Amino acid sequence: MRDLPTSSSDKHRRLLVIAALLCLLLAALLSVALGAVPLSPAQIWESLLTGDRTSAAGRIFWYSRLPRTAACLAAGAGLAVSGCILQAVLSNPLAAPNIIGVNAGAGLAVTVCCVFSAAGWVVSGAAFLGALAAVALVSCLARLTGASKLTVVLSGVAVNALLNAASETLRAFFPDTAMSSVDFRVGGFSGVTGTGGRLWPAVIIIVLGVLLALLLSNELDVLSMGETTAHGLGLPVRQCRALLLALAALLAGASVSFCGLLGFVGLIVPHLSRSLIGADSRWLIPMSALCGGALVALCDLAARLLFAPYELPAGIFLAFLGAPFFLALLIHQRGGRTHA
Amino acid sequence: MLEFRHLTAGYGKRPVLRDLDLTLNPGEITVIGGLNGCGKSTLLKTASGLLPPLGGQVLLEGRPLSELSPQQRARQMAYLPQGRNVPELTAFRMVLHGRFAYLSFPRQYRREDFDAARAALAWVGGEHLSERSMSSLSGGERQKVYIAMALAQDTGVILMDEPTTYLDIRARFEVMELARRLAGMGKTVVMVLHDLDLTLRFAQRVVLLAEGGVAADGPPARLCDDGSVERVFGVAAVKVPLDRGEDYLFRPLPKAP
Repeated sequence: MRDLPTSSSDKHRRLLVIAALLCLLLAALLSVALGAVPLSPAQIWESLLTGDRTSAAGRIFWYSRLPRTAACLAAGAGLAVSGCILQAVLSNPLAAPNIIGVNAGAGLAVTVCCVFSAAGWVVSGAAFLGALAAVALVSCLARLTGASKLTVVLSGVAVNALLNAASETLRAFFPDTAMSSVDFRVGGFSGVTGTGGRLWPAVIIIVLGVLLALLLSNELDVLSMGETTAHGLGLPVRQCRALLLALAALLAGASVSFCGLLGFVGLIVPHLSRSLIGADSRWLIPMSALCGGALVALCDLAARLLFAPYELPAGIFLAFLGAPFFLALLIHQRGGRTHA
Repeated sequence: MLEFRHLTAGYGKRPVLRDLDLTLNPGEITVIGGLNGCGKSTLLKTASGLLPPLGGQVLLEGRPLSELSPQQRARQMAYLPQGRNVPELTAFRMVLHGRFAYLSFPRQYRREDFDAARAALAWVGGEHLSERSMSSLSGGERQKVYIAMALAQDTGVILMDEPTTYLDIRARFEVMELARRLAGMGKTVVMVLHDLDLTLRFAQRVVLLAEGGVAADGPPARLCDDGSVERVFGVAAVKVPLDRGEDYLFRPLPKAP
C-alpha cells in the first residue's frame, strides 16, 4: 500500500481507525486494571514483563483479568465483523448474527457440548458447525421463499426462534450444565477463565477470521454491488458467497462459544462504524473490529463495577447502552443522509 | 466479437430462444430489440454467462464462454445489468472495482489499476464525482460511473441491459453518446433498449427478436423502411423529412375497420 495514491478522505479514515485503536487500548487497560482488586499500571507492567504467576497481583492478572479482557475484545471484534459480512453478503441492513439465528445455532451447539461435558477445540468447532448450519439453513430458506431482502431476515428470525427453543429445551432437561446461567443467555464473561480451555482456541480463530475478512474486503465490496454486477466483474459469486457466509459463521460461532448469546454487537457496531467511516470494507472491517472490541470491554467493565460486589452479565449493559444509541443513530441518519 | 452458434436459451427446461445464430461485430453499437418477453434479456444473460445455454454455444473472441474462468471472461467482457443495488461505496472505488478481474494474490489493487480507474472516470466526465457516495448521485451520474467501471475493465465486449431506463432525456443522450464513443474505440457494444428513437439515432445495427428467433437484422433506418419495425412491434414508422435529412415518428397503426 505504500506507494499507492491516497485521497484526503483516506487520510481522514486512517485517523479514525487510529482513534478507534487508541479507544480499544484504553478500554483494554481499564478492563485489566479495574475490578474487585484494582491493579496499578505498574503491577500490570511487572506481571507482563516477568510472567510472574505466584504473587496475588500476578495471579489476578494472568488467571482472571487478562483472559477476561481478551475474551471481551475477541467477542466484540468477532461478532462485529461477522455482522459486517452478513450485512454485505445478504445486502440487508438488519442482518446480524444474533438476529438471523447464527448465534442461536452456535448456542445450541455449545449447549449440546456442555451436556456431554466437552471442552477446548471441540466446543469451538461445534459452535462453528452450529453457526454454519444456521447460516446455511437461513440462506436456503431465503432462496426457497423468494430471496428478497425481507425474506432473508424473516426466515432468519424464524430459525433463531426455533434454535433458541431447542437450547431452552436442553437446558430444562439438563439444568446442571454451566449453560443454564443467565450469563450464557444474555451474553457475559463472568465464566471466562484462562484455564477452562475454551477461550484461547476461540480467540485464535477470531484473530485469523478477522484477518481473512480483511483479505477478502474487495470480494465483499464487489458482492455488495449485487450478484449480477459481481458476476460481470469476474467474481465467482456462488463460491464467494458461501465462503464469506462460512467466515461469518466461524467468527460468530467462536465468539458465542465462550461469551454466550451476546446480542446487538453484531448489529449496531457495523452500523456505527459505517456511519463514521463509510461502507468500504477495507476500512469498515478494521473499524468494526476495533469498535466492537472496545464497546464490549467497556460494557463488561460497567457490568462488573457499577453494582459491585454484584455482577451483571455484559449483555444487559450492551442492550441498555446499545439500544438507545442505535435508535439515536437511526434518527440522526434520517435527518441528514450525507456520506462523505 | 461475440458469437452465438445454434444457441437455445431459456429458464429451466423452457427455451425462450431456439437455434439462434448471430455474430456481433466490434466497432458497432448493436441494439437487441423486440416486444417484452421476446428473449432480449435472456439473450443478454446467456451471453454474460449468468444463464447457462440450454443448447449451442456462446463464443467470446472466438473461444467458447463455457471454457473461460470467471476472471478470464471478465477480462474480455463487461456486463452492466439492469436494476442494481446502490452500494454506499464512493464513485472512485466503484470504478476501481472494474479492475477486480485483474487482482492477483495479495488482493490489493496496484498502481496501474488506480491509473486505469482514474482515467476511466475522467473519460466519462466524472472526476468531480470521485469521492461522492453512489447513494448520493443522480441516476445519470450513477450510470456514468457504471460505464466508467466497464471501461476500466478494459474489455473488447460490453453488454448493457437497458442502460437508459429511469433516466431523464439529457442523461439518456449522454449515456448513448458514451456508448457510441466506446464503440468508436473498437469495442463490441451490445445493448437491450426499448427506446426506438434512441436506437435509431445511435445504433449501427438492430437485431429484432420475435417468436424465439431473429425477426429482423440490419441498420435501424432500413428496418423502419422495410416494414420490419411495423411487423415486430405493431407500430407504424413514419418517415418525416426535415430541413436536413430525415427522421422517423412512431405511431400506433390505424385500427382495421
